[in-house]
Amino acid sequence: MLASSPRLRAILLRVAQAIPVVIGVVVISFLLTRALPGDPAVYFAGVAADEASIEETRVAMGLDKPLPVQFLHYVGDLLRGDLGQSLSSGRAVATDLANRLPASLELTLTALILAVVIAVPLGVLAATRPGTWVDHLCRVLVTAGVSLPTFFTGILLIYIFYYLLGIAPSPLGRLDFIYLSPDHVTGFYLIDAALMGDWETWRGAAKQLVLPAATLALFTLAPIARMTRAAMLTALSSDFIRTAKAAGLSNRAVLYRYAFRNALLPVVTTLGMVFSFALGANVLVEKVFAWPGIGSYAVEALVVSDYAAVQGFVLAMALLFVVLNLVIDLLYTAIDPRIGFDAQ
Amino acid sequence: MTDQTSRRSFLKMGAAGASMLPLLRALPASAQGSDTLVVVTGATINSLDLHRTGTSRASYQVGINCYDRLLTFGTKEVPGNGLSYDYTVVEPELAESWTESDDGLTLTFKLKSNATFWDGRKVTAADVKWSFDRAVSVGGFPTVQMKAGGLERPEQFVAVDDETFVIKLDRPSKLTIPDLAVPVPYIINSAEAVANATEDDPWALEYLHTTPAGSGAYKVARWNPGEQLVYERNDDWVGGPLPATKRVVIREVPSPATRRALIERGDVQVAFNIPDKDAAELADTLDVFSTPVENCIHCLCPNFSFEPFQDPDVRKAIAYAVPYEDIFQAAAFGRGLPLWGGSEEITDIAWPRKTQYFTDLDKAKEHMANSAYADGFDVPLSISLDLASWMEPTALLVQEALGKIGINVTIEKIPGANWRTAVLVEKRLPLHLENFGGWLNTPDYYFFWAYKDGHLFNSSNYRNEEIEALVDATLHMPMDDPEYAPQIQRMFEIALDELPRIPLYQPALNVATNGAEGYEFWFHRQLDVRVLSAV
Repeated sequence: MLASSPRLRAILLRVAQAIPVVIGVVVISFLLTRALPGDPAVYFAGVAADEASIEETRVAMGLDKPLPVQFLHYVGDLLRGDLGQSLSSGRAVATDLANRLPASLELTLTALILAVVIAVPLGVLAATRPGTWVDHLCRVLVTAGVSLPTFFTGILLIYIFYYLLGIAPSPLGRLDFIYLSPDHVTGFYLIDAALMGDWETWRGAAKQLVLPAATLALFTLAPIARMTRAAMLTALSSDFIRTAKAAGLSNRAVLYRYAFRNALLPVVTTLGMVFSFALGANVLVEKVFAWPGIGSYAVEALVVSDYAAVQGFVLAMALLFVVLNLVIDLLYTAIDPRIGFDAQ
Repeated sequence: MTDQTSRRSFLKMGAAGASMLPLLRALPASAQGSDTLVVVTGATINSLDLHRTGTSRASYQVGINCYDRLLTFGTKEVPGNGLSYDYTVVEPELAESWTESDDGLTLTFKLKSNATFWDGRKVTAADVKWSFDRAVSVGGFPTVQMKAGGLERPEQFVAVDDETFVIKLDRPSKLTIPDLAVPVPYIINSAEAVANATEDDPWALEYLHTTPAGSGAYKVARWNPGEQLVYERNDDWVGGPLPATKRVVIREVPSPATRRALIERGDVQVAFNIPDKDAAELADTLDVFSTPVENCIHCLCPNFSFEPFQDPDVRKAIAYAVPYEDIFQAAAFGRGLPLWGGSEEITDIAWPRKTQYFTDLDKAKEHMANSAYADGFDVPLSISLDLASWMEPTALLVQEALGKIGINVTIEKIPGANWRTAVLVEKRLPLHLENFGGWLNTPDYYFFWAYKDGHLFNSSNYRNEEIEALVDATLHMPMDDPEYAPQIQRMFEIALDELPRIPLYQPALNVATNGAEGYEFWFHRQLDVRVLSAV
């Protein structure tokens, strides 16, 4: 079976290669969280805690044991699928992640799609018409995108579209409080609401998405547009394009069948990187729009040295990126069949 | 009752029930009518059970709004600025009446006979005993707070019959009755809790963490940690006047700028705990309540275990160098109360009080010249990054001022997670900013925590034998005892002369409302939603 499907075998091999990465992440996240400043027992024992109650908290958190023992406990729990209990949210880390990761992903993916839809055509146009107004527009957008911090863009958009014009919904997270969140299937409100056929809620969720997604999209479209433009310029000036043109192929065919397809590889690579940037930039966007995502969760956990939550977050992110890299690799082979898994 | 609350049960919520929902769906938040109020806050409610380890301050509001205590405080008007709780008036909540034995050692409470839990079961003295046993047994903050009122062991609590509950004290104390009205000693439905307890978890900490079981004014209809908490009124509440609002939505919005936009637009009715700057700017257009936090002082603390600060002249030099007015304007935007420029003579027992210090560089230089450090010295001034909004401007102004009298200050910023350990537990910061506010509003209680050697908020490692004796003598003494006032005044005199803490100003808690009224300030600095109503 495996032998009959080289691609499946390759994918499995690729997944197996991720195992040492994940183990490394587990060890490093454990050690790094312990290196955080602050004594979580003191923090969580509360404002008026005396020494005895701090000590009780320490024992309850298992922090009185030596590091190797704590690590063994942690790994043992992990193997059972238990990411531990977050003290700051008071719930199981796995539950928190399951609730919050879809919120972040929905926002990030929407923003990314929005960014791609704008940035790729813009980059192509800018490359085919260098020096024209499209090229300048591209440059302005790119400059704005990289130079405006996301929290600033977010607050500015809220100020204009919500505060002054009153056309955006109140920036109160994923849904205004008058809606009920749809039943949890994927955790993506747009998908879940559509599955339920509840278009009222779908519209509510979509409306809430517009401003934060636009904020994030403005931030992410810069590298995509730049990379598209550069890759297109390189492709357009290569020999095979000149040959194609000389052979009398139509402009359209040259542009899309040959140049664009060749330019796609670096663009997809950039997309993968941008996705990780966007997940990071999410933190501030989530704060501004009260978005209950994973970024604000991780920052909060870091601030109070909430070990389990930080470790769970790092682990989830590591897995996410392993998957992301796998997807990008697969995309490569789809775009350019010359790139096989065996090609090194 | 978490986010698992099904759509169905949410639909059933409230008397209006399902018929309410189409209306809710169709209307924008601003047109909700008087049934629902929306509150925004920046803090996260991380548990529905205050007794649990790691429960955040913001979560205390659940203890207040969903549970009853035996007693509560009355209400008074704050001059020119809305309502506040009244520490001097104690009123019944679940108790109908109470009596004190002549020796002050036995307190007998009669419970209201018509009080019921949400599940319809009658509130009995056994529930009170179970809840008090829990508070003194789980350890951590609830146990410490109970101890402040002399409530330490389960044997002290006796359920005589269904409606009679007795507390036996080791010694009479004026702090016991007020301590019964703080958020900690709330009454839990013990039958429901016990049914959900396990061998490892006899106090049902896991169950009550997500599922409140009380008799209070509001139930929790929905809780999504990090997002929102929805209160729904308990129409059978007997602990006080029935709240006017059927449903209160607490939304967590971390960004102060977003909170401000929401309240200005009127899409939410209450913005809780807004920054001083916003409060100062919004006061012209909205109802803004800036209530000075009782028994709370922001102060600059020179640490006695650091040599230059053992010199009284150095401490006085600092007290005269501090630019109080500038700090009050830059750090608090004039919100709160000034605590400088008072008279040296102490004739009352009001606390916090204005100190006899004011900004006078000549005096400061004089004291520096008289000290053993006439040439000055270097010192780090530590601040917490979590409290940077007031600490950072204050620290910069202090740095500049102390530079003028030869004290070379470098500002050291400490991450929030590390701050408590450094300042309160290890007490290792030479010069730092600190604030403490006691829930029980008497000067002796403040001194107990902040001026007694080894106590948590005495971050200056201060020890004075006379203060030790005076605090021990006055802590449980009734305030109308003729010996009380002179001893308290002596305490003030010593503390303000020796200056282990240099009071800067009394901070305020800022709340903006737009379409709601009845806001009342509480010492626990959390929102009491029971008194809010829409306008």
